[in-house]
Amino acid sequence: MAILVNENTRVLVQGITGREGSRHTQYMLQYGTKILAGVTPGKGGQTVQGVPVFDTVEDALRKFPDINTSIIFVPAQFAADSVYEAIDAGIKLIVIITEHIPIHDALRFVNYAKRKGVTIIGPNCPGVVSPLRSKVGILPNHIYTKSGPVGIVSRSGTLTYEISYHLTQAGIGQSTVVGIGGDPIIGTDMLEVVKMFEEDPETKYIVVIGEIGGTMEERLAQYIGSGKVTKPVVAYISGRTAPPGKRMGHAGAIVSMGMGSYESKVKAFQEVNVPVARTPTEVVKLIKQYIR
Amino acid sequence: MRLLEYKGKELLNKYGVKIPRGAVITSVDDIDVLNTLKFPLFAKAQVPFAGRAKMGLVRRVDTIKDAENAAKDYLGKVIQDYPIRKVLFEEGVNVAKELYVSITLDRENRGYLMLASTEGGIDIEEVARRSPEKIIRLYIDDYEGLRDYMIRGVAQKLGLEGSAAQDFVTVAKAMYEVFTKYDAELVEINPLALTSDGQLVALDVKVMIDDNSLYRHPDISIEDSDYTQEELEARKYGLHYVELMGYVGIMANGAGLTMATMDLVKEFGHEPADFLDVGGGASKDSVREGLKMLLTDDRIKAVLINIFGGITRCDEVAKGVVEALNEVKTNKPIFIRLKGTNEEEGKRILAEIGLKTYETAEEAMDALSRTLRG
Repeated sequence: MAILVNENTRVLVQGITGREGSRHTQYMLQYGTKILAGVTPGKGGQTVQGVPVFDTVEDALRKFPDINTSIIFVPAQFAADSVYEAIDAGIKLIVIITEHIPIHDALRFVNYAKRKGVTIIGPNCPGVVSPLRSKVGILPNHIYTKSGPVGIVSRSGTLTYEISYHLTQAGIGQSTVVGIGGDPIIGTDMLEVVKMFEEDPETKYIVVIGEIGGTMEERLAQYIGSGKVTKPVVAYISGRTAPPGKRMGHAGAIVSMGMGSYESKVKAFQEVNVPVARTPTEVVKLIKQYIR
Repeated sequence: MRLLEYKGKELLNKYGVKIPRGAVITSVDDIDVLNTLKFPLFAKAQVPFAGRAKMGLVRRVDTIKDAENAAKDYLGKVIQDYPIRKVLFEEGVNVAKELYVSITLDRENRGYLMLASTEGGIDIEEVARRSPEKIIRLYIDDYEGLRDYMIRGVAQKLGLEGSAAQDFVTVAKAMYEVFTKYDAELVEINPLALTSDGQLVALDVKVMIDDNSLYRHPDISIEDSDYTQEELEARKYGLHYVELMGYVGIMANGAGLTMATMDLVKEFGHEPADFLDVGGGASKDSVREGLKMLLTDDRIKAVLINIFGGITRCDEVAKGVVEALNEVKTNKPIFIRLKGTNEEEGKRILAEIGLKTYETAEEAMDALSRTLRG
């Protein structure tokens, strides 16, 4: 099972001829992801890592109607256009890796995707991996070597790799790992991913990696409090020592207008009996307690 | 980035918001432009942060001579790392009432949000704490936009009547124009003065523009923003740097891991001096430049480097560390946790110059902590 991506995932890479696009096409292929085609306007007819390149998404879909997922590496200034192209061509899952997309652009295409019934992951995210089945993203291959009962949803990249690594070292595999992105406006938030994990029979435990800024964690906690999540959830929140009003790397990691503080998130989770780890490595200890 | 007050006012004024008559000067030589204004004036140093009045950066001047003295005092002075390059002089306004109004992003509902309050002139966070019922909230759908009837509803709740209510529609629409046209994250007028003759005038404004959109706003200069020299320098190498108050220098890869490292420092009873994220896939150049910033920072007593190599390669990081240490002579102790992609090669490179590495961030921090405690 797993969520979002699995052995039936057939991928289109938009921006495949760029440096990041071609490099990660190679890594995804090495991981076993089924990539059918790539798109870069003006570069149709070439191949990248043996993958055929088309000028438009429509051309690619005509040749490969099985494509059901797109991953976008297109540079920020042109990324929004690529997202609309994928939505209008009928692709139902779009993973946007590109960083620095203007927020107002993201807001518009995220809302457009919702109206069209399309799921967007990102922007500015590491993507999605269901270990040993498929990876649509830039998460390091060598860390995702064991499938298993833990679903991870995270606002961070490196921190996710770190926690996944420690879980695998401890012999605990993952069902799916979803990096939802660090921007203020993202296509799919924590709560939406947790709902998917709740429905997924393979996922038995859920790890939530949050950070300061926004109220996504609080809304998730509220939902858990309503009793609709039956699976054990463990959380980690970074940014306890971040000063208010300052952006901490991620555009979304900022405490502003009195919202999004570390304390508020931890309190929200504790009130609904979700343990919050003090350090990333403590997440593994907390999960082990449930598994035992 | 946050725009300087004068620039924010200029944008809002262009779309119809009234602002006090005034002039901006960048040099004392320009002081004569103030002769066209009616004294007394208010001299406002252009720095991009709150609390200027308390810092003595706003003052009343009664004559051109006073004004010249104020300009001399302010220009060139450095406040919180920020050099004052501009001074705004404005005529006074007879204030009957101070209001608050802003438009911001609504992250959760994926749209925009207008906030308004009769409690103007104070920080809105203060109002939110003390009397949250006094904040009027209006959700705006990004696709449908802001309609007049919605604004009239807010004006009514603010107690505005007659021409002032009409003027409020103009003000709100102008704010919305600036918000959408300039890719703003926040457009705030605080206070919005209702004058004794019934006009609405923006006395102070705060406009924040999305950094990522600057390529399409050639009329917005980074000179008019809140970036300090250090931050601008860091951006060149793809580093994210934020200065903090403590003494333990921190460098890590990825925003989440960097924050987690700050938190770990605090967990051990110490204070982080900075947030320095070298990013995913950091090159040796960005590591070198980042580490040099920390080694030359006098506040920093010891450095903690926390790298988990995913996309980032540990050998690249190690090379950057070695280069930085070749360029900067230092006796600051450095504690490095290096794990992940090409870890062995990274460790070997560091071992050559006698630097040991730790398996976990906790172990590295524990060693740092014991060194600082002596």
